[in-house]
Amino acid sequence: MNRILRALFFLLVVRPIVLIVLGLNVRRPELLPKSGPAIIVANHNSHLDALVLMTLYGTRRLQTVRPVAAADYFLKNKFLAWFSTQILGIIPINRVVTKESKNPLAPIDDALAEGNILILFPEGSRGDPEKLDQFKTGIARIAQHHEEVEITPVFMHGLGKALPRGEALLVPFFCDIFIGPPFRWNGSRAGFMETLTSEMQKLIDEKPKSDW
Amino acid sequence: MDHLTTEVRWALGGIALLLVVASIYVFALCRLQPDRDRKDLVDRMKTWWVIILLFGCAFLIGKGTLIVLFAFVSFLGLKEYFSLIPARRADRRVLFWAYLAIPVQYYWVWLDWYGMFIVFIPIYMFMLIPSRMILTGVTEGFLRSVGMVHWGLMTTVFSLSHAAALIGLEWHSGARTLPAELYQTGEIPPGPGLLILLIALTQINDVAQYVWGKSLGKRKIAPHVSPGKTVAGFLGGVVTTALLACAVGPWLTLLTREHALIAGLIIGVGGFFGDLSISALKRDLGVKDTSAMLPGHGGIMDRVDSLTFTAPLFFHFVYYLYF
Repeated sequence: MNRILRALFFLLVVRPIVLIVLGLNVRRPELLPKSGPAIIVANHNSHLDALVLMTLYGTRRLQTVRPVAAADYFLKNKFLAWFSTQILGIIPINRVVTKESKNPLAPIDDALAEGNILILFPEGSRGDPEKLDQFKTGIARIAQHHEEVEITPVFMHGLGKALPRGEALLVPFFCDIFIGPPFRWNGSRAGFMETLTSEMQKLIDEKPKSDW
Repeated sequence: MDHLTTEVRWALGGIALLLVVASIYVFALCRLQPDRDRKDLVDRMKTWWVIILLFGCAFLIGKGTLIVLFAFVSFLGLKEYFSLIPARRADRRVLFWAYLAIPVQYYWVWLDWYGMFIVFIPIYMFMLIPSRMILTGVTEGFLRSVGMVHWGLMTTVFSLSHAAALIGLEWHSGARTLPAELYQTGEIPPGPGLLILLIALTQINDVAQYVWGKSLGKRKIAPHVSPGKTVAGFLGGVVTTALLACAVGPWLTLLTREHALIAGLIIGVGGFFGDLSISALKRDLGVKDTSAMLPGHGGIMDRVDSLTFTAPLFFHFVYYLYF
């Protein structure tokens, strides 16, 4: 039942908004991982980010694409929790790690083991519109645990203008999506973070200069 | 179908035939020289099919569909423009109001309310945009921002809505020119013919200027804006367009031969400057195409660049003479 609702929600609500109201310019769509286990790492400026990335997959493959999101925000109340986990298909993780809690990244390990394509936002939160915050190192720990999993960097531009944090009014803007070549764990956390940051910077440099 | 004259139907058929012939030519080219990369040309051709099928169907269905289609083109154009310009963060909600001008402007077109259609954006939106901006309270960059937003509305909404407004025109006895008898009774609406003439001539003018510029002419006409354009290309294009207008205009529309000739000249010159003004905009913003919406063409604004000038110029020329 929820599977059908999910497919319908994306087909009737998300797709029309993303493709007609917004409109996408995707550079190198062929670099997106076609099957899991895989990780997509993207910058985060808007609630639309995950929805746009999921739109890049057809209705059938959508079932395996899962955004990783903060439990404290997306499981705030019962309805939101149902919507987030059943319709959006998020993998909730705890941002606040307490001593008693077990490995907070365990749900990610499970999802990768099931062959899902995960969407991760290493900035942690949406932050200021159209600004890239420092990446958190949790992504390096995930990569270390899953040395064989390919990580694809994606830079999105425009969604922070369309629906920034704290705004409820959607204003149409084209969204540019730059997809970079996938890479893997390379031996050290510092080295991995460096690769991630420089690959992302290459994508950022592709976008036209004139902007907010 | 009844709202279209035999000539308009023939013209639509002719355009479809042209598309088929061009596609066969491209297909043959790909077959004969398989080693050369013609992806761009093939993409361009495919996009033409989509554009012409969409507009062709809208023509056959009628005025409402055509107006909705033009409104959608305006929306895509304005969205491209707003995505390119360095608007201020504070202007997000102002841009939302600017988008709302699209349904309103095309509603006036649907009503055939000429008075409101002609003042809504140049007067009311001209004041609404700065008023909304004042409410945000950010004065830094105010002039630049208000100017950018209004230019976008004028180009993508006001100008393009003139093309759609042609469709509802009706001749009346107080007009300055007496057209052929069949148009006087009001049985045949002159709009569809005029709209096809405008779009076809604008497109042919683009092609003619390109072809003439390639085959002869060295003196560059605007080297800093568009290095490919030459004086000979410009003159050749204008003459070709004017002659074609003179030949087709009186058959397809209510225009007399002399008026059709002048309309051709207006479209030739206007199309040239419309094209260059979008080129200048792109150079200023440092982009090659306005977006990647139309494979092989670039963005919507790359496709309708000439039309943003020719549509209002042509509309007001025929409006003065016949309506």
